[in-house]
Amino acid sequence: MSTPVTESAPIPARPQPVSYRSTKVRRQRVRAAWLFLAPMLVTLTLVAGWPLLRTFYFSFTDASLSDMSNTLFIGLENYLVYEDGRWFGVLADPIWWRAVWNTVYFSVVSVSLEVVFGVIVALVLNAEFKGRTLVRAAVLIPWAIPTIVSAQMWAWMLNDQFGIINHLLMALGIIASPIAWTADAAYSMWAVIMVDVWKATPFVALLVLAALQMLPKDCYEAAEVDGIHPVRVFFKVTLPLITPALMVAVIFRLLDALRVFDVIYVLTSNSTSTMSMSIYARQQLVEFQDVGYGSAASTLLFLIIALATIAYLYLGRKQLQLGGES
Amino acid sequence: MTSRQLFQLFGRIGFWLLVALIVVIAVFPFYYAVKTSFTPSSELFRVELWPTRATFANYVQIFSQRSFLQAIFNSIVVATSVVFIALLLGITAAYALGRVRFRGRTTVLLIILGVSMFPQVAVLSGLFEVIRSLNLYNNPGGLILSYTIFTLPFTVWVLTTFMRQLPMELEEAAIMDGATPWVTITKVFLPLMWPAMATTGLLAFIAAWNEFLFALTFTLTDSQRTVPVAIALLSGGSAYELPWGPIMAASVVVTVPLVVLVIIFQRRIVSGLTAGAVKG
Repeated sequence: MSTPVTESAPIPARPQPVSYRSTKVRRQRVRAAWLFLAPMLVTLTLVAGWPLLRTFYFSFTDASLSDMSNTLFIGLENYLVYEDGRWFGVLADPIWWRAVWNTVYFSVVSVSLEVVFGVIVALVLNAEFKGRTLVRAAVLIPWAIPTIVSAQMWAWMLNDQFGIINHLLMALGIIASPIAWTADAAYSMWAVIMVDVWKATPFVALLVLAALQMLPKDCYEAAEVDGIHPVRVFFKVTLPLITPALMVAVIFRLLDALRVFDVIYVLTSNSTSTMSMSIYARQQLVEFQDVGYGSAASTLLFLIIALATIAYLYLGRKQLQLGGES
Repeated sequence: MTSRQLFQLFGRIGFWLLVALIVVIAVFPFYYAVKTSFTPSSELFRVELWPTRATFANYVQIFSQRSFLQAIFNSIVVATSVVFIALLLGITAAYALGRVRFRGRTTVLLIILGVSMFPQVAVLSGLFEVIRSLNLYNNPGGLILSYTIFTLPFTVWVLTTFMRQLPMELEEAAIMDGATPWVTITKVFLPLMWPAMATTGLLAFIAAWNEFLFALTFTLTDSQRTVPVAIALLSGGSAYELPWGPIMAASVVVTVPLVVLVIIFQRRIVSGLTAGAVKG
């Protein structure tokens, strides 16, 4: 839909009575609109707006999980405080900064790989060949599998002793001894990225495929007549035309990746070498029962994601077209 | 000319190899999970591509656990209720946002978009407080409530996109006949929106079925857990002797219905996903 739907006032036949009627109808419709929106807005306030504000508030208190009502306001102490010659707080915790770095690294690498593979898969699915529907169904399977299940499946395949991946790599002579994919700090991040790319590439591929199928046929015919190499056509014609869809896919995936939790939790649990910001915040909140400190970490995560979104929308606002803004 | 044909032949072979590679990568992990689930635990140490001896022992084991059956039941209750609530609130909101122009409409849409992009961990402590004060901690009700945070914005967004595509004449006729907005929704739009609602409902169901963070945090006992948490915690015990056979059997049990649904409704799902993201 490129144009917003305007309120559908009846076409006036006789000016006087109908315009009276249309304003009445219009007012009734606007009132009904707010009435219809109210339950949704109330629910979202209850589950999103209010809890978010409470999280901000908790981050300035010493609240603990066992007692969230008797809390003391402690200012910025959860974020940063200088005491006895040392800095304390989330911002002074090297593990937090490690989690920030891990999350950013994970997000940038996995989303980039998903875009590259997603475009390749979409180009294949856009070609006409026998069994295309079957291939598309196969590609959807990783997307349909719950994240927890796919993490378990890969944990089993990546198992250091009995895993099929070590077995295959050794049989092919690529590695000499088994690799502890999920336990070894040098490989665990790559294991996480691999699982995420496997699971999320179908999503990117589907969005790109939808864009590919809307491309005009005539410029491809023109390119073929002129004998231009297909690779050149892809970079000069196809890629610019699918950029808006790619931008949408990237922002959806990026926001998902920045809040990553379940893959990492199942695959490598609380290991610092893969700990993401969400894992860090939840660990403080639930396992260490420190609601104040955990809320401070959550607030920082929220701010980082909000800033990333604003920066991305600002940089890409020309290309990006979102359904609701018209 | 022959070199050109040779080139084309290699191109075709390369293309089919690529197709084969994509299919293998997409399907193999699931196949391997199915294979493992039928392998007796005594033979798990032998790495094989094909099962030599199939057994149902792993399935018998998980289905004899009360907590696993309970988890499946909890997941069904939670996901179904979430879908129902999200569709009910979503369709009315989508009518308002898709068919009526009023001041504040863009703001509401931006809020919805904002909520859908929100990191769930950011509301964890606040939501924990809300759930506890409503007495819904360690209760599927708490999960149903909290899951609206990610299903509702998405449902509203997609239904609004669909709602806008319906022709204006329908509504004009209803208004001329003096129908109230509620009658317009239920009598005019609802019958036309069924396909869109099936799509969004399915996507919301999958999202609720798969959710992990809230389910892990807001439940405490085995009897209240949902399937993802149950599967993640099956590995609990000792770090060296994971019950891979039962884990894979449980994984297959909860995944097969989803895979079947997705394959049956793949066309709908694709249109739903793209409607949520791209302007048609």
